[in-house]
Amino acid sequence: MAYSEKVIDHYENPRNVGSFDKNDPSVVTGMVGAPACGDVMKLQLKIGANGIIEDAKFKTYGCGSAIASSSLVTEWVKGKTVEEAASIKNADIAEELALPPVKIHCSILAEDAIKAAIEEYKSKQSK
Amino acid sequence: MNYFELFDLVPAFDIDTANLAERYRDLQRAVHPDKFAHASEQQKLLSVQRTAQVNDGYQTLKSPLRRAEHMLSLRGIDLSHETTTIRDSGFLMQQMEWREMLEDINDAAEPQDAVDALYDSFASYEKSLFTLLSQLLITAAEDDNKQAADQIRKLKFMAKLNDELARIEDALLD
Repeated sequence: MAYSEKVIDHYENPRNVGSFDKNDPSVVTGMVGAPACGDVMKLQLKIGANGIIEDAKFKTYGCGSAIASSSLVTEWVKGKTVEEAASIKNADIAEELALPPVKIHCSILAEDAIKAAIEEYKSKQSK
Repeated sequence: MNYFELFDLVPAFDIDTANLAERYRDLQRAVHPDKFAHASEQQKLLSVQRTAQVNDGYQTLKSPLRRAEHMLSLRGIDLSHETTTIRDSGFLMQQMEWREMLEDINDAAEPQDAVDALYDSFASYEKSLFTLLSQLLITAAEDDNKQAADQIRKLKFMAKLNDELARIEDALLD
């Protein structure tokens, strides 16, 4: 199967790979996995007091599309409010990367990683 | 298609695999296209279809993971086409850690020892998942089925880890 140029670009030059110090109170983590392919994705967001995402990092074990999807969302969420980030849909990711139907689940994984991280943020806020 | 029926077996997770292999050989012989060389075109076609079913059925029932998945699909839970994600962070943390350890194998002083140690860790965790799965599949209760599905999802991640480890080990031997 041929990957799109954008997938190859993100795969070969992934943006924002790595981890933040998880003890930093402004850092939240979203961990998700896709049983169908065994892919695992960790997305960390550094969120300021104003609710704006200042920085993002990811670590993904999976295929090129999964790595590209997570790399792309780290770029997209930076500078966005939590609400704006939460509204990112897997279809947007799939469209941007021109993912074929069999790789749509990779974009779902990335969307769910954002949601999981934001859920942690909200539960932290309500404490 | 109920493969347990095809092989005339009681639908259960714990099956006698020697018995399964024996029935496979019998069935394979009974439906083999060679037996229908002089039969009608329709019977020939049927024989080819049956042979494919018998082969699929055997591959499905032989593998504990696929057998469990098949049992759940017979109970109306289809895991083979799902695109749901899981969020069990404890489990996923462990998966990440194991993936990181796979990456470090080539830098280890004794890579083969690192490979063997990981095989052992994977096997012991898989064993605990299969033990629980086999108990959950005995009842066909809704809640047990759901929990069984969770064990199957985890086992799929383990299958992926084992594949990766085998690939790394192959590369070491080259």
